[in-house]
Amino acid sequence: MTEKAMQQAIVQPRRQAATLLRFWRRYQAVIREVLSHSVLVPLAIIYMIPFFWMVSTSLKPDTQIFLWPPVWIPKPFMWSNYPGAISFIPFWAYIKNTLVIAFFAIVGVLFSCPPVAYSFSRIPWAGRNTLFMMTIATMMLPYQVTMIPLFILFSRLGWVGGYFPLIVPSFFGGAFYIFLLRQFFMTIPQELTDAARIDGASEMRIYTQIMMPLTRPALATIVVFEFLARWRDFLGPLIYLNEPKKYTISLGLQMFRLEHGTEWALLMACSIVLTTPVVLLYFFVQRTFIQGITLTGLKGV
Amino acid sequence: MQMFSLEALRTSRMARRNLFYGVLFASPWLLGIILFTAYPLVASLYYSFTEYTVVNPVKKFVGLSNYTNLILKDDVFHRSLYNSVYFALFSIPLGIIVGVGLAMMLNMKIKGQPVYRTIYFLPVLIPDVAMAILWIWVFNAQFGIVNTLLWQLFGINGPGWLASPVWSKPTVILMSLWTVGQGVVIYLAALQDVPRSLYDAAEVDGANALQKTRHVTLPMITPVIFFNLIMGMIGSLQYFTIAHVITGGDGRPGQSLFFYAMYLYRNAFAFFKMGMASAQAWILFAVVLIATMLVFRTSARWVYYGGEEAR
Repeated sequence: MTEKAMQQAIVQPRRQAATLLRFWRRYQAVIREVLSHSVLVPLAIIYMIPFFWMVSTSLKPDTQIFLWPPVWIPKPFMWSNYPGAISFIPFWAYIKNTLVIAFFAIVGVLFSCPPVAYSFSRIPWAGRNTLFMMTIATMMLPYQVTMIPLFILFSRLGWVGGYFPLIVPSFFGGAFYIFLLRQFFMTIPQELTDAARIDGASEMRIYTQIMMPLTRPALATIVVFEFLARWRDFLGPLIYLNEPKKYTISLGLQMFRLEHGTEWALLMACSIVLTTPVVLLYFFVQRTFIQGITLTGLKGV
Repeated sequence: MQMFSLEALRTSRMARRNLFYGVLFASPWLLGIILFTAYPLVASLYYSFTEYTVVNPVKKFVGLSNYTNLILKDDVFHRSLYNSVYFALFSIPLGIIVGVGLAMMLNMKIKGQPVYRTIYFLPVLIPDVAMAILWIWVFNAQFGIVNTLLWQLFGINGPGWLASPVWSKPTVILMSLWTVGQGVVIYLAALQDVPRSLYDAAEVDGANALQKTRHVTLPMITPVIFFNLIMGMIGSLQYFTIAHVITGGDGRPGQSLFFYAMYLYRNAFAFFKMGMASAQAWILFAVVLIATMLVFRTSARWVYYGGEEAR
């Protein structure tokens, strides 16, 4: 055999093998996609069914709710169920109450948590690590252990029935947000604060003019999380609010169900009206949301 | 010698300055811990040794009898503890398996990943009360969508779900799987943090997909799983709102949904047995501590911190 023929004998099969490998890889990728979609799609459908059912029920006239076989798409769309649900209970009052509580709670945590996180991350002081460990420990404390004495304390102060027990603690920090902010502060380069210190800036100045402007994404996350927490809070209002006109939406919806448990269309309509703002919020701040969750979930390790 | 003492003076002055500012900036939280954590902690421990109804401000000291009555003689206590442990025992592992599994599938660079992620995450946003009401309707034995589909698609006569004492807890556990999206988001981020180089090295060693999962992927995300396990355990033992709304507070049918936190709430705010409720709270605290310590102890065996930088 000639030199050239020998070379051909080696190169040809190798080329064929390379092409085969490429096809196999692509085939594997396709199989992977098909397999995953074949699991993800049915699962996604199952996940969405309750939502569809919620919307479908909310638009049904009363006659179509208890039908068998059940109607998926109501024949007239009873849009009137929505204004009906909203006027059935003092809906706007409940929303206003919830927003008031949420607003002050957000102000409270924004005011109280960042300085603490700054102290934990940028000021080396004796006892800092101990306090930080205690902060983490409080996150694992079941709320039931402190719930009763706090209730008794607030009742002695005469605050039960009002919003103070729900708002005032926010002005004294919250372990979760302090933790989140501290992790976030640790990612800001030390050089910035060191340079400012060398230039003689006071701690207050470093805090307000350097750290805070850089913290905006983390602050946004906190605003979103706290708003969400207050929107859905049930136990707090349950314990401390006893006048229906001061109820929040969770409490209001619960009362609605206790009094009119079979008005499913109205109940579903109400639930949707309560859920929609939060879903919309999510779509607007999706990135912030996901970032916030992963920041705590990952950095919490 | 002079330089030495000047140096010492400077650093001690700095240390004092740092202490001042450190405490100053941390002061809201210091106050908060004292007022809203430390004081109530001690107070509730004290209450747990008394008989105390808020109406009568006298706290009658009764020693350990609250604890002994609960643990030894109270059947409802046993039931509620059983219910909560049952719930925690099943919902947490299932949640982790489903969450990690979904995240791994989403991580496979398939098209439409953000859409899936949104779909699985949306249920997490629904307020608890609304979710409870929705699930009551969805699992309604006669008209709910679950039994309807079971009949129409598979010809099965579905069980009573939330109305059946046998099925109610499994139903609630299933419901908890609907909100697995929050974990999926975290696991997905953790999976994306796994260095590509590790997979490449495994491939060079001839690993197939299953082996890569078992020896690279899973070990690298064990810290996140560990964290979720602890927080999930602590949270699920305090399960309250949804069950309270579904059952109107009494855990019907047949107390099958009477969870620990519900019994505590009822003792405190319906019967004003503050002493007994405080004892319940501390028993819960003890259970949580023991469970957490157990998980911590075993963690060294399965949690791999290789990806962490030195702290």
